[in-house]
Amino acid sequence: MTHPGATAAEAISVLDLASAAKDLLEGGIPKLWVRGEVSGLKVYPSGHWYFTIKDASASLSAVVWKGATFKIPAKPQEGDQVTAFGQLTVYPVRGTMQFTVSQMLADGEGLWQRQFDETKRKLEADGLLDAARKRALPRFPRTVAVITSSEGAALRDIIAVIQRRHAGVNVMVIPALVQGETAPDSICAALERLSRWVESGSAAGGVPVPEVLIIGRGGGSREDLWAFNHESVARAIAACPIPSISAVGHETDVTIADLVADLRAATPSVAAEHAVPILDEVREAVAKLAGIMADGLQDRIEVGRRDVQRRAEGLSQRAQLVSERRRARTERIAQRLVQLAPRAVERRRAIVARLGASLEAKSPLQVFARGFSVARSVEGATLTTLSAFAKGQQFELLVKDGRVRATTESVHADAPHLRKDA
Amino acid sequence: MTFEQSLARLEQIASALDRDDIPLEDALKLFEEGITRLREASASLADAEGKVKTLLEQAEGVFGAKE
Repeated sequence: MTHPGATAAEAISVLDLASAAKDLLEGGIPKLWVRGEVSGLKVYPSGHWYFTIKDASASLSAVVWKGATFKIPAKPQEGDQVTAFGQLTVYPVRGTMQFTVSQMLADGEGLWQRQFDETKRKLEADGLLDAARKRALPRFPRTVAVITSSEGAALRDIIAVIQRRHAGVNVMVIPALVQGETAPDSICAALERLSRWVESGSAAGGVPVPEVLIIGRGGGSREDLWAFNHESVARAIAACPIPSISAVGHETDVTIADLVADLRAATPSVAAEHAVPILDEVREAVAKLAGIMADGLQDRIEVGRRDVQRRAEGLSQRAQLVSERRRARTERIAQRLVQLAPRAVERRRAIVARLGASLEAKSPLQVFARGFSVARSVEGATLTTLSAFAKGQQFELLVKDGRVRATTESVHADAPHLRKDA
Repeated sequence: MTFEQSLARLEQIASALDRDDIPLEDALKLFEEGITRLREASASLADAEGKVKTLLEQAEGVFGAKE
């Protein structure tokens, strides 16, 4: 029995022989890991990597097809010790044996770490990792932008946390692919759209422009998260016009994006907690400010009240020099003055307690409505003492519903309103 | 004025009113303004109940409600 090619007459084609060798190799040697040193690596315009794996006494042609290069974080360098996983085969066109690599490790984590360090170094050199660049987050954003997968758990977590803390906040989702070969470009494009939108300053969909960004994704393998270590993504985050919070994977995953963002959150849920205040706490803060305002005004009025009291006591003493009837009346006036001031304080306390539409109507300016008026010079200075008036001097009287232009007829250093009733 | 700005202004007013040396007239004016800001802030907190409004970008600058 003969076999193909056994005689000159039965010669087979080169292709058939090469194909037979290919089948034999692929059938006889399973996919496996091989360890060796990288030499002469070249990246072809097609995107494939060609190199040689060798050790002291043997060498092997190797290729990483473009589609597989994405799974390898960094190109190995000349002389690197690597462990490559792949299939030994024959490349019929050249008649060469070649090892087709689908995965590659160097010193365990080496290649990933090298890429991370290299990117970090570049960003550091450009000052993008400076602590001074970190912006403070807005305390009360009305709208939060989120760049992540529109289908992922991260988005669900973020919305759930915001719902729980402050349902008055709007969430604007700018979807991006967050894993795979096209993820970096997709994330950069989403960031660019956000930047253009924020800079245009126009509300979209009836909500205000976002004031803070959460960018990230839920947990996954190192390869899944790799887009967030991409230099272009890091630079796009650094260029974001609003403060950014990164939230990639879990607590233990630190990416380049985390280093560039204004704040790193351990998870998407934590990012949402940083982005949005608790509504009740905001209400409390507003109420506290109202209280400080009321107390401040009350104290200021108290100073005025003491002043009134001092003057009232002066009147009271003077009254003792005149008739008993006059004295009694003067004391009534004095008491009334003393009573009035605390009541004014109480009224203002009540105003603040009932924050609402009626507030303005019950404002402290109501003193005018009660018949008080203020004299003011033509230049606008409040005239409070006799010395501020001179005969013939013009001044204005501010009353409840307007101003009165007046001229000083004469000035008297006594209290005519008391004497008249005597 | 955004909520953030209203609150920042309120903080300024509160700290000004907390001083004793402010003229009464100025204190009253500030209080008036403070009331206006409080009303603004309270109004935007009033509609903060219910469900978070979530919009999803469908094309550049075009947003639709997300379900």
